[in-house]
Amino acid sequence: MDISKFTSKKFLLSAGFALAILIFLASFPIYSSNSEVGVLTTILMYVILTVSWVMFSGSTGYMSLAVAGFFGLGMYAAAFLYPRTGPLLPLPVVVIVGGLVSLVFGLIIGLVTLRLKGMYFAIFTFGFSVLLYYLFLFYELQIRGVRGLRLTSITNQTAYYIVVVVLVLTLLAAYLIRRSRFGLALQSIGENEDAAAHMGVNTTTMKVISFAISAFFIGATGAALAPKWQYVDFTVAFNMLYSFMPVLMAIFGGMRELYGPVIGAAIFAYAERALRLRFPYQYMLSFGIALILIIIYLPGA
Amino acid sequence: MRRGKVFLGSLLLCAAKYKEVKAMSREAVVWVIVSGILNGGIYALAAMGLSMQYGVARVLNLSHGEFIMFAAWLTFTFFTGFQINPLLSIAIIAPGFLLIGFLIHRTLFTTLRKRAPSPAAFEANSLLVAFGLMFIVQNIALLIWRGMPRGYTWLTRGVEILGVSFSLSRLIALGVAVALAVVFYVFVTRSRVGKAIRAAAQDPATAGLMGININRVLPLCFGLGALLAGIAGVLVSMFSSLSTSMGMGYTVIALIVVALGGLGSIPGSFIGGFILGLIGSLVGQFQSSLIMVAFYALLMILLLARPRGLLGKA
Amino acid sequence: MPILEGKGVTKYFGGLAAVSKVDFHVDQGEIVGLIGPNGAGKTTLFNLISAALPLTSGEIKFKGQKLNGLKPHQICRMGIARTFQQTKVFPNMPVFQNALVGAFFGSQNRMTAGDASRVASEALEFVGLSAMSAAPARDLTLVNQKRVELARALATKPELLLLDELMAGLNPAEVSEAMELVKKIRDRGITIFIVEHVMKAIMGICERIMVLHHGEKIAEGTCNEIACDKKVIEIYLGEETRAGS
Repeated sequence: MDISKFTSKKFLLSAGFALAILIFLASFPIYSSNSEVGVLTTILMYVILTVSWVMFSGSTGYMSLAVAGFFGLGMYAAAFLYPRTGPLLPLPVVVIVGGLVSLVFGLIIGLVTLRLKGMYFAIFTFGFSVLLYYLFLFYELQIRGVRGLRLTSITNQTAYYIVVVVLVLTLLAAYLIRRSRFGLALQSIGENEDAAAHMGVNTTTMKVISFAISAFFIGATGAALAPKWQYVDFTVAFNMLYSFMPVLMAIFGGMRELYGPVIGAAIFAYAERALRLRFPYQYMLSFGIALILIIIYLPGA
Repeated sequence: MRRGKVFLGSLLLCAAKYKEVKAMSREAVVWVIVSGILNGGIYALAAMGLSMQYGVARVLNLSHGEFIMFAAWLTFTFFTGFQINPLLSIAIIAPGFLLIGFLIHRTLFTTLRKRAPSPAAFEANSLLVAFGLMFIVQNIALLIWRGMPRGYTWLTRGVEILGVSFSLSRLIALGVAVALAVVFYVFVTRSRVGKAIRAAAQDPATAGLMGININRVLPLCFGLGALLAGIAGVLVSMFSSLSTSMGMGYTVIALIVVALGGLGSIPGSFIGGFILGLIGSLVGQFQSSLIMVAFYALLMILLLARPRGLLGKA
Repeated sequence: MPILEGKGVTKYFGGLAAVSKVDFHVDQGEIVGLIGPNGAGKTTLFNLISAALPLTSGEIKFKGQKLNGLKPHQICRMGIARTFQQTKVFPNMPVFQNALVGAFFGSQNRMTAGDASRVASEALEFVGLSAMSAAPARDLTLVNQKRVELARALATKPELLLLDELMAGLNPAEVSEAMELVKKIRDRGITIFIVEHVMKAIMGICERIMVLHHGEKIAEGTCNEIACDKKVIEIYLGEETRAGS
């Protein structure tokens, strides 16, 4: 499937670089404090969300605001399968199930809205996250009667490694897709959907599959983080922040190359961690302003 | 759009036949209708505002609900801090929001429009800018009003209608909402200015040639949308409890009404708002937290039912 | 033997008939021209054939198979390719990648990467763009962008090619070149249906011409017949034909 030409030197350089990063990540907990590991986990989480978002929205141009929804679904999947009363399934399986649940929802939403204009898709995905908030509010307050679910906890280290694995898989998937004919099709859809369709690209199918795949990784991440945070309820799970941050990070970091979202995510995730506790509302405010400024003044967003 | 309205209307009728609905007491029916019209008026105002912003200025304003929330809280402050009558607040907030909306468009979105390589790119970018705006307004509100009590009391003296007691403020809100919604609807569909606006929405280039100043009309329409949001917010504060997170709910509802009524169609938003208000209040009788779910399901069904020939339509 | 035929093809936009009860046919190996004043419905007809728009009524058949209800990508895979009035290249993708999309997805069978590469290169060479394979399509001149569209369409291995105002915006020298290219395409066995305003091009390469006016077919025949047809002359009186005649 690999069709583009690249010199072997460039490839070896990139591969070597990637390996170095991998070694760094793998060994990080050994020489860092527990809280530092926690911080890096959060940063990596945002990287995954951003890369997943770019996987779909970056190439096709359809703005998905459903990240919060998929993330929250993954969290709830973990809440049900890894409760405080005792895990029902091993953690890796739980993470996969979280991904699959989001994937299924991604397929459904995709099939309903990706046949239509991009605006309907944006509306629908925005509403999706809000809808799930109310749906789970109903579930918790009316059906269960108790707010919030508690999970079996896992150590920072365990969470960290799981997140690293998900990250590697996400980056791998993004890389392979980008290099494949599937990625070519997605790009053509983003460049000119009409023309792409007329050249034989089954645009709806491509969009739906890509959307579902990105949903999988987002959901898996939610499932991975839930046990670390030990508590899930509808406000924690379906926080619009998770829809907002990937967008900000991707647009800032650039959506063309793979490393763009990674850098953007790293920067803003760190900033978020640093500012959140001291200036909870001001930092969000400034992020909002940052997004607007970036969109207006940075070309080729 | 007509098909959608027929569908929604018949949905209401079907619901009316459903056994539990039939078993509703007369009081409940009155409540549903009155609060349905009240909510409907609010939804109609909000949706028409959003429709204005998308239909003419081509901005899908995700921060619309935040403006509603902000106006509601402003009314709260005006009343509790300065003893200003909420109805009077409308007179302050309406032109204020019109101006703010105008300025926001003039600065942010006009710049975007000039720089955008294509209309599609502009719509995508302005969507994201509106998304950012949502966080900005929400957090400003949090900074100002965090920890405040969730509402004020004003004219809560009860009035009886057909055996059910409603607070006077609620009834006033209903009256004003419906009246203003009708006024706005007529203004857009009948008046000369309204026609100019709709011309600009259909074909900005030609409208420009006809002497319509696009650089004024687009921000003005965006401002009108903000104005409507402001009014809706003031009215909401009269009968509903406030929170700083209530904005998103209204945004989603407005989006659903606009999507159902036809993106950019004022009449569609007008009627759709009332229909959704009635459906919502009916569902709310039985399970209030499922109202949003019901709206969303409706949207899903209607989007599924639309013919594939939707591609290419505004 | 008609490769493409339409019966009673009609398309309404609201109350307005953009195309009204048009019967047409294109035989295998022909170059057929479609002319008419602006707004006559020519591009709409193309949009109906390529399924960019659904028919209001009537039917269109390709190689005997009805096209009603199919989606554009299916039409492409059946063997119909097209270019667009307003060039729709993939602007940020290199020229080669543009053609590659057509090669990968446009044909009936599944292509290996090697095959698709080959087909794309060949198409680019055919239109004379090999030297610019790596340039992003948006950096090319209008003429070359049209070549990209052409190469992309050819890479889908079509049996029928719809060309929508290929010559628009080209100077006389470029028009001549384009005419030669179109003939070369036909010589490869591809049937061509072409919408044009540039009379010199139409008269120079088409064997048969159809004339649309207000959505209706008002004349059909050879170049000479059409050139002498009273109705056709009337509707063009006062209409400046584009440069190149």
